[in-house]
Amino acid sequence: MSQSAGEVAHPLTILSLARALGVVAALVVGLGVMPAVAQEGRDGPLVIDVTGANVEPLPTAIEAFDLEDQALAGTANDIIGVVSADLEGTALFRLIPQSAHVALPVSFDAVPPLEDWRPIGAEALVRGRIGQLDDGRLRVQYRVFDVFGGQQLVGQQLLAAPADWRRIAHKIADGIYSALTGEGPYFDSRVVFVDETGPKNDRQKRLALMDQDGANLRYLPADSDLVLTPRFSPNEQTILYISYDDGSPQVYLQSLDTGQRERLGFFDGMTFAPRFSPMGDRVVLSLSQGGNTDIYALTLANRQLTRLTNSPAIDTAPSFSPDGGRIVFESDRGGSQQLYVMEAGGRSAERISFGDGRYATPVWSPRGDLIAFTKILGGRFHIGVMAPDGSNEKLLTTSFLDEGPTWAPNGRVLMFFREGAGPGGRPQLMSVDVTGRNLKKVATPNGASDPTWSPLRR
Amino acid sequence: MKLQFVAVLALTALLAACSSNDEELASTTGAGIDSAATGSGVDGSGLPPVNSPEYFNTVIGDRVFFETDSSQITLAGQDVLAQQANWLGANPGVTATIEGHADERGTRDYNLALGARRANAVRSFLASQGIDASRLKTVSFGKERPVSTCSNDSCWSENRRGVTVLAGGGVS
Repeated sequence: MSQSAGEVAHPLTILSLARALGVVAALVVGLGVMPAVAQEGRDGPLVIDVTGANVEPLPTAIEAFDLEDQALAGTANDIIGVVSADLEGTALFRLIPQSAHVALPVSFDAVPPLEDWRPIGAEALVRGRIGQLDDGRLRVQYRVFDVFGGQQLVGQQLLAAPADWRRIAHKIADGIYSALTGEGPYFDSRVVFVDETGPKNDRQKRLALMDQDGANLRYLPADSDLVLTPRFSPNEQTILYISYDDGSPQVYLQSLDTGQRERLGFFDGMTFAPRFSPMGDRVVLSLSQGGNTDIYALTLANRQLTRLTNSPAIDTAPSFSPDGGRIVFESDRGGSQQLYVMEAGGRSAERISFGDGRYATPVWSPRGDLIAFTKILGGRFHIGVMAPDGSNEKLLTTSFLDEGPTWAPNGRVLMFFREGAGPGGRPQLMSVDVTGRNLKKVATPNGASDPTWSPLRR
Repeated sequence: MKLQFVAVLALTALLAACSSNDEELASTTGAGIDSAATGSGVDGSGLPPVNSPEYFNTVIGDRVFFETDSSQITLAGQDVLAQQANWLGANPGVTATIEGHADERGTRDYNLALGARRANAVRSFLASQGIDASRLKTVSFGKERPVSTCSNDSCWSENRRGVTVLAGGGVS
């Protein structure tokens, strides 16, 4: 992506590649069906169950791309590298290196000899072709095959400016991942977070934006060295965040395109814990007045503020359900921090967390099926998930300080931050599957906290 | 913490000035303590005038401390705030911002709200002592500005604090 201040949204065009090889069909991304080849070795279709108890990574081969122009060899390899890293990063795929491939190359438009991929153990085969249009855009086509089922599972054509080659790669990885897992895509997305430098008692904080794999990192302008909790808008072009620019914590808006920023409103008190509604037309936030913190909704069009809770307790960390009908939040109205769900208009708050310990920072999955949270129990911090009615609570992580989960666009992976104890403790972004598997660090140049995962890019 | 350290020095000097006789002074200097430093302590020049911000910050104390997840003013805190109120009453032209802080054992949003509670508890106490509340602004820093960075209660108890920052006092 462009690193300039005036970043523009680059269009990235996707067409589906058709049932009949060599024909490009527009608009519908569907399953392409290959002429049947001998079925053997497996009865059902090729599917990775991401929720399964034990997932053996799927042996997958990405064949060297067909080059319409030899000058694109480097770009093709770069794209394959990013696709491979995305897939292997899930721990659901094992990439078979090209040095082990034995099948003779055939044209991208031809039916590949799938039987030649079986001896090296490949169960999924990815084939691609790269070229460049007269207008300078890259054209990358790819197909995913079920080696034993003899079927094309997905085929797409992507058009984008050469500078957007990483986005092409993420879209390919998304197509492969979705075809083989049945889950929604998430690799073509970004993360906004707080970069932290300096000692624990003199931290400098600034806003940072990067691709979900850590590439294309850039810092966002701010007017204070104390900024917190950046949150994406649904169209991922705007963020909400907290800044101490005016001396006290207040909610600000910033356009990622232009860097333009403004304070969201001038209310009597401190504002924090903002999140957009799913339509992007409203913001829920906490307003603290006279020491008491309640939740309000702000309509962006007219900046009208509506009070949603009215208790002497701390009511904060609101997050909308994906249909916009309900809000999950935390409150200590019952004596300690617990999770509650209320109607989006502020009525009928019901407690949903009943386990031991304190519950905080609830965030509703974009799929609607789970709520992720931070739990403080026995002097340890955990990231966990539960159903929206509070059932099926499951803790995924534990450490001295794990905090602030955020959902990948497909609701299958969580990112959060972990900070160590003592003067040397430094926050670190982490990710974990909703199953609790594949806990790993997300690389950033400095300390990093308060991540928010963007929606899928368009 | 620097200021607290200064306060301890100032009090030590004060005690020395009140209780020392010449023999003790002679014996301490005889023990090899730098005589110039001892001299400057004994003459009392380190004591700030009672109406100075330095006196407020170092002798009275600019901060009170809270129990875990609490915004109740402790008995010790009431004592400090009563003296702060006396000082503010004697210096009616001075305004202040009260900062509420939390330790690292809570989540970010909650700690901002908890800090707001603490700042407001200090403000309410000072107002109950006759200080015009319009002189007292509040701000919460949540867990963002710890003064002590170890991860046990000796540090956390110092970070759970309400700090009365005098306008132009320049301390926090």
